[in-house]
Amino acid sequence: MSAAPGRPRQARAPGGVRLTPARIGIYAFLLTAALFFLLPLYIMLVTSFKTMDEIRLGNIFALPLSVTLEPWMIAWSQACTGVNCNGIRGGFWNSVLIVIPSTVLPILLGALNGYALSFWKPRGSQALFAILMIGAFIPVQVMMYPLVRILASVGLFSSLPGIVTVHIIFSMPVMTLLFRNYYLSIPQELFKAARIDGGGFWRIFAQLMLPMSTPMIIVAAIMQVTGVWNDYILGLVFAGRDNLPMTVQLNNVINTTTGERLYNVNMAATILTSMVPLAIYFFSGRWFVRGIAAGAVKG
Amino acid sequence: MASVSIHNLCIRFGANEVIKDLNLDVLASEFLVLLGPSGCGKSTLLHSIAGLIDVSDGRIEIGGQDMTWADPTDRHIGMVFQSYALYPTMTVERNMSFGLRINGTPKPEIERRVQRAAQMLHLEPLLERKPAQLSGGQRQRVAIGRALVREADVFLFDEPLSNLDAKLRAELRRELKLLHKNLRSTMIYVTHDQVEAMTLATRIVVMSAGKIQQIGVPSEVYEKPENLFVAGFLGSPAMNFLHGQLKPTADSILFESQGLTLDVTPYGWRAPVATTLEVVLGIRPENLRIDADGQFQATVSLIEPMGNHHVVWLEFGGKLLSSVVSGPLTVGVDDAVRFGLDADRISLFDRVTEQRL
Repeated sequence: MSAAPGRPRQARAPGGVRLTPARIGIYAFLLTAALFFLLPLYIMLVTSFKTMDEIRLGNIFALPLSVTLEPWMIAWSQACTGVNCNGIRGGFWNSVLIVIPSTVLPILLGALNGYALSFWKPRGSQALFAILMIGAFIPVQVMMYPLVRILASVGLFSSLPGIVTVHIIFSMPVMTLLFRNYYLSIPQELFKAARIDGGGFWRIFAQLMLPMSTPMIIVAAIMQVTGVWNDYILGLVFAGRDNLPMTVQLNNVINTTTGERLYNVNMAATILTSMVPLAIYFFSGRWFVRGIAAGAVKG
Repeated sequence: MASVSIHNLCIRFGANEVIKDLNLDVLASEFLVLLGPSGCGKSTLLHSIAGLIDVSDGRIEIGGQDMTWADPTDRHIGMVFQSYALYPTMTVERNMSFGLRINGTPKPEIERRVQRAAQMLHLEPLLERKPAQLSGGQRQRVAIGRALVREADVFLFDEPLSNLDAKLRAELRRELKLLHKNLRSTMIYVTHDQVEAMTLATRIVVMSAGKIQQIGVPSEVYEKPENLFVAGFLGSPAMNFLHGQLKPTADSILFESQGLTLDVTPYGWRAPVATTLEVVLGIRPENLRIDADGQFQATVSLIEPMGNHHVVWLEFGGKLLSSVVSGPLTVGVDDAVRFGLDADRISLFDRVTEQRL
């Protein structure tokens, strides 16, 4: 690719950078909004580095006088979640174990669904898609009890495969919609060319469509990782005692009342729990916005 | 090289009948062009030959074998699409070899075929590039190369040059013609561009509303259109039409129109005309000559310079007639001029049936 030819640089309109009243208004609003969301985070951060003595003084906005890392260590490895006092690290690894299959499998299945719906169009695919979309609007709570019964009857209730299955089921509408819309934007002729070249259902999917779907895969991964990581109710109900995700354990840490409330430990544990989604938003916000826009524009 | 025969083909999308009871024989080594306005069913016909659209009724044979329900892969065809349809994640080389790799062709053979196609289409320096790094003309060359490496019996082209600019279109058109000359493969080519049809085809099939209007070599289709639709569709500027009456007398047949009487006795009649008949007379602009000795009088209303020729529009009896003037122009706008018709180059159509007489 050659470099872009020397296009005459467009002169910037003189009003473009000057501070007009409208611009000041926008900045004021943005600043307020940022403060509104950052203030709780700030309080959590400073509190988590304070000792309990200092917290009792009540200056919640003050910076810590003597910085201590102890609350973080306790939150990670000693805080009591009910009867066990091993911190929330167990929950962290449980969450990791839940998130990985609950991200990879829904993406693969969603892409497969979208691919079949938009290219092969089997008989009844429209109806199937409509049902899937209706499913997206039914509240999770409605399906909770039947799902418990179903999973119990096949022996998957209260297990890692069980919670992963539940996440797969609930992610199907969105994942399918995401990939279907993406594949609808790909010209049909590309698919036809591959058919003439001898590609079958699986080969066209694996060698042509999936490699083309990188942007959508990234978007779907972001949505799934944050969604599954932040999930509380499904993890509580379906994961079983040994696989409780970090969110459930965080709740247990905060609600365990033996003696005084360790605000600094609670804050540290909360920040630790929200670290993964926070990091993902930080590093992939650009992709996320792009993917959502791509999915929303084309119906 | 294989022939293609289509028998009683019908294609319906719901209640909408796109192709109606169509019969067509494509000879081996022929360059057949399907020509027609958009929506006439020509692309649908091509896609049904490729096996990409299910037929509702009828039979398709390729190389003497019934392929009506065969998978696209098994029809021994190569296809080139208007939008190129290159695989965006693969290099040019991988694009061309995709089909061969699927078929499990041995590696040296793949390499040989890709090299040969690349050489024919001047793609050697581009083999490692991705489609996004190619220009439109290069992309379509790759798409043609991808069809070539399949060494198919029949090549199908679906408006392959429509997305290119005029200069590239002319260039690739020549290359395609050369390719056909060298390969002698059967080629079926869909276009709405009559220049492509005239220059490339060994035979043209003119289609409209899901039906074949005329099949013939380009000169025949151009000079002896079978009906009013074909006459009006081919040619730019379009054929001039004059409405009038045929009046047979004892020893001659006269065409009479408003302010114009022409002896059409020598016309190549298909059937003798015995009674007065309402007809349409068609004359190509190049056969309408501006000439001081001409039989008729008109006024020049508009002149379009085309570089190597001029199109002169004449006002005659309330209608505009076009005349192509090659060489120096001797008339100006608003001039009164005389013109004549080459009586042996006219076409006459029945006004009711619209068929050639």
